[in-house]
Amino acid sequence: MAARTKALIFAAFVLVFAWPAAQPAGRAQARPTRIVSIVPSVTEMLFAMGAGPRVVGVSSFDRYPLEVVNRPRVGGLIDPDVERIIALRPDLVVVYGTQTDLRMQMQRAGIPIFPYEHSGLADITRTIRQIGESVGSPREGEALATRIESDISAIRKLVSGRPRPRTLLVFGRDADTLRGIYASGAIGFLSDVLDAAGGINVFADVQRQSLQATTEMVIARAPEVIVEIGADTASTKIRNLAAWNAIESVPAVRNRRVYLLTGDEMMNPGPRVTGSLRRIAEVLHPEAFR
Amino acid sequence: MSIGRKIAATWVGFGALAILTCVAAPLVGPTTVDLRRVFDTSLPFAENTDAQIFFVARLPRVLAGGLVGASLAASGVVLQALLRNPLATPFTLGVSAGAALGAMLALTFGLSSGVAGISAVPIASFAGALGAVAIVYGLARAKHRGLSTNVLLLAGVTLNSFFSALILFVQFLSDFSQTFRTVRWLMGDLDVSSYAPVLAALPPIALSFAAFSMLPRKMNLLSISDESAASRGVDVHRTQRLAFLSASLATGAAVSLGGPVGFIGIVVPHLVRLLVGADHRLVLPASAFGGAAFLVACDTVSRTALSPLEIPVGVVTAIIGGPFFLWLLVRKR
Repeated sequence: MAARTKALIFAAFVLVFAWPAAQPAGRAQARPTRIVSIVPSVTEMLFAMGAGPRVVGVSSFDRYPLEVVNRPRVGGLIDPDVERIIALRPDLVVVYGTQTDLRMQMQRAGIPIFPYEHSGLADITRTIRQIGESVGSPREGEALATRIESDISAIRKLVSGRPRPRTLLVFGRDADTLRGIYASGAIGFLSDVLDAAGGINVFADVQRQSLQATTEMVIARAPEVIVEIGADTASTKIRNLAAWNAIESVPAVRNRRVYLLTGDEMMNPGPRVTGSLRRIAEVLHPEAFR
Repeated sequence: MSIGRKIAATWVGFGALAILTCVAAPLVGPTTVDLRRVFDTSLPFAENTDAQIFFVARLPRVLAGGLVGASLAASGVVLQALLRNPLATPFTLGVSAGAALGAMLALTFGLSSGVAGISAVPIASFAGALGAVAIVYGLARAKHRGLSTNVLLLAGVTLNSFFSALILFVQFLSDFSQTFRTVRWLMGDLDVSSYAPVLAALPPIALSFAAFSMLPRKMNLLSISDESAASRGVDVHRTQRLAFLSASLATGAAVSLGGPVGFIGIVVPHLVRLLVGADHRLVLPASAFGGAAFLVACDTVSRTALSPLEIPVGVVTAIIGGPFFLWLLVRKR
């Protein structure tokens, strides 16, 4: 092999392995103009604060707002498409905090990241403020966060002082039966929403985000209201509420207080949370919204 | 003791074990139930919480556990004899992988057209099981006059891997919450919450057990060799066909009812053989009753140990069954 070829190959190796490391670690620009977001709720936040035109790539699961339809898709939590992300030449990538591989790859490529961590209701507005800072729209972020916080406290105020029904919040169930019931535990965004909507979680003693609720547990906990929520209207609108009639000793069933609320905002910890909060508060306290 | 007496003793002993377990299990649970209130007919059923816990939450669940446990354990016995392989399980021949694929498709694509109180998932998983049986059976018969047990075994194992790959692909296509539900399905779940799924699984399981009842003598001869069985007047091909199809039918129905609960089909038959010997006239009924008792007991652990959370029943059977089976493997003979 000619020495020239060897040198070329060596140079290519150096380029491939050493070049990204030699770059300065990704530093965010004051005002990123090519943002890629793998987190649907953060995508919504960006659009809601007017940074939508600067979003050049979204996750495979983004559906809202309508503008995301024609944005390139770059995978999701489990299968981010690193090549496509880099090909979009982003100057900020919103990733899940748990995506350590992707974070390292972005770091090596010198692309700044915004790691998204999510847990409770209060974290939504905290994230909005942070992402507002990161994309150079701190005032818009602050305005959006303040509006959401005042909407939430308005609903809290509306339902405060009213008797808080013991509520089972279901976010998954097999269509025609009471099998595979997944309910909100005591921590996380859904549990916080239920609290703000003026309900008491029947599984407030379970220190987890979610649990599979057995038939026996549902009967024994005797919720006064059952709220089923579903992100996917296609699969949840056919969830048959009549299945609950098998356990009529449950007050919610006996008093016809089983509700199904669908829409992709219901499970989405983004700026539309006030809408889902309001819908849950309305079924828990219909008299407060007359 | 004559064999007739031994058979009678086995039926009585293991039958009593199964019945006692099934009677005791609904009395135990994460909530305390007042038996006087359960059977208090002066209260309307709709207002009687204790009765609803007993009759809606617990009893169907115990019945499902008994049915699934008996089917898987008995199918294990039959397949171990058919394949002359002590490591065979009801899931060796691809039936459960087919059932799992059916269930995954129903869960992922949100199939909803349930029939008569049975949701789409068990129907799809039963269909998947039958599909897998048809493929394996077709392959095992293709080049042989009867059934080739070697082809049966290889085709079943291959189909298992192939279906597992398809399952992974379906999971890859589905979104996050669905993936979780499908993984959970694979751990087994007996919380059926009504009698309809139990009743629906009953006919195929009853049919299989009727077929099982014709097999023990022939299985004793077959487990020595095909030739010796044939020389003693056994129609080898017909027996193999009956054994394979009935065990597969029972497994498919059991898996569609409770999910692929592992280890029962292998641990229970071996434990039973330790107690009653290798004669299938004893092993088969003892395993059926023992399987019912074992799964109902495991499910009682599953629903009470971490209440209000539930440990998936397949996890309980594996945690108890795995170490036990390893002990069986290394114990002195």
